[in-house]
Amino acid sequence: MISLALAYRLAGLMFLAFAALSARAPGAGRWSRSAFWALVAASFLAGDQIGAFANGLIVLALALIAGSGRLDLKPPAAAPAAERRASAERFGDRLFLPALAIPAVAVFGSLVLKRVILAGRPLLESGQATLVSLALGAATALVAAVVMLRPRPLTPLAEGLRLADTVSWAGLLPQVLAALGAVFALSGVGRAVGELIGLVAPLGNPYGAVAAYTVGMALFTAIMGNAFAAFPVMTAAVGLPVIVGRFGGDPAAMGAIGMLSGFCGTLTTPMAANFNVVPVALLELPDRWAVIRAQLPAAGLLLAANTLLMAFLVYR
Amino acid sequence: MLVLLAVAVLAAGFMARLNPLLTVAAAAVVAGLSGGLGPVETISAFGRAFNDNRYISLVWLVLPAIGLLERAGLQERARDLMARARAATAGRLLLVYFVVRQLTAALGLTSLGGQAQMVRPLIAPMAEAAAERHAGAPLPEAARALVRAQAAATDNIAVFFGEDIFIAVASILLIKGFLEQNGIAAEPLSLSVWAMPTAAVALAVHAARMARLDRRLKRDAAGGPAQ
Repeated sequence: MISLALAYRLAGLMFLAFAALSARAPGAGRWSRSAFWALVAASFLAGDQIGAFANGLIVLALALIAGSGRLDLKPPAAAPAAERRASAERFGDRLFLPALAIPAVAVFGSLVLKRVILAGRPLLESGQATLVSLALGAATALVAAVVMLRPRPLTPLAEGLRLADTVSWAGLLPQVLAALGAVFALSGVGRAVGELIGLVAPLGNPYGAVAAYTVGMALFTAIMGNAFAAFPVMTAAVGLPVIVGRFGGDPAAMGAIGMLSGFCGTLTTPMAANFNVVPVALLELPDRWAVIRAQLPAAGLLLAANTLLMAFLVYR
Repeated sequence: MLVLLAVAVLAAGFMARLNPLLTVAAAAVVAGLSGGLGPVETISAFGRAFNDNRYISLVWLVLPAIGLLERAGLQERARDLMARARAATAGRLLLVYFVVRQLTAALGLTSLGGQAQMVRPLIAPMAEAAAERHAGAPLPEAARALVRAQAAATDNIAVFFGEDIFIAVASILLIKGFLEQNGIAAEPLSLSVWAMPTAAVALAVHAARMARLDRRLKRDAAGGPAQ
């Protein structure tokens, strides 16, 4: 069986190799980069064995290294443009095949391989087919690329590290934000924000309640970075008691459009790091708000549209 | 209400441009301590959740393959593809990608896309090349950054306002579960039909935005203000 634990081990070994290569590479900040990737490797390889407190110390250490600014010292650049151009001419459109294998295998795995049973056991760990298939897609793409390009043995890892250093701490931010969400839930931040919104919202009028709910979903999602965290709080505070309870609105339309109003908030916040911060690093954009800026008009228009749609549809 | 201090720490950290990873860790510690947890409990809760959410960072397994292909000229090849497509502009290309991404997400195929797997190696270079070919000159830096940011935004908006049409996506199951806890039965299909009007509006808004992007790139190329 291909399990999620196996995919974690693979990722751990990759990050361990990044740590070793970082220590070997010349340049300022190399020990900080090496320590950073080594801690990520430790989390992937041993996270289930070392206990919650040690994992917590790992996150704090990662945050301190990132906060020191030493990761941001520029890593060495890519292969020279002339070399890349020559290689592009030589391999042509075949270069697309390994790249497209990642989504192709990911989809094939989560639709087809998910159902395959080998010797009485599922081929992919049940319930984790999507994630395991993504790992399988990455591995397939790497093997295909290596067979086609015949690089030197360390080249795939060195090129992976080049990209990893481009993304750097931003690559860990989504996972750390998810962990923050869990701490927020434990300490009652959601309840407190819900109470606050309940205090200021105009809930005496059916359409005012709809606007309070959709705008509240967007705002609360922007604070938490995740519509899933906002939905239960806002729906318990405004949606169910006021829109459904007092004014007799349809709960299905309320829930569906309410969640989509939350997604409008997701488009506007650095807290949704994998959508709004990671691409800034991946695309090497100079302005850290560039992706959010590009999304703001759509977010505003769609929130207005959601509010109108709910006002018309929920009280049919 | 004391726990709202943690939200203030977050906002202040983002505004003061401190490192976001450090800001988030500080907010977690403040949230735990002001919410009545002890220091060891707080760090343990943070660590346990970090460990449980490792699957989010699993996507970085694609880095060696993408890095290797980039070294072999993948981005250059993606640009060449656009140089051959005469009718393509940056806006039209991104709109086509939007439609494909939204439709496949509506069928539950959300893994056909993504910032690391598709946008950086393929979509962004193709959009840049289309803009350059259309302008007949290399893009100014500000325009290049704008096209890249729009490529990232296209992937996000398409998947957000497509995936909820699929009945088995996490957000639909969350809505169903929450309504059921409160004694309201809701079929996934009855929820996902309500995602369709917003999906249509999202497509219309993005089409208008992309037409605007093309007009702006054309104006910049004609020697207008760069930003």
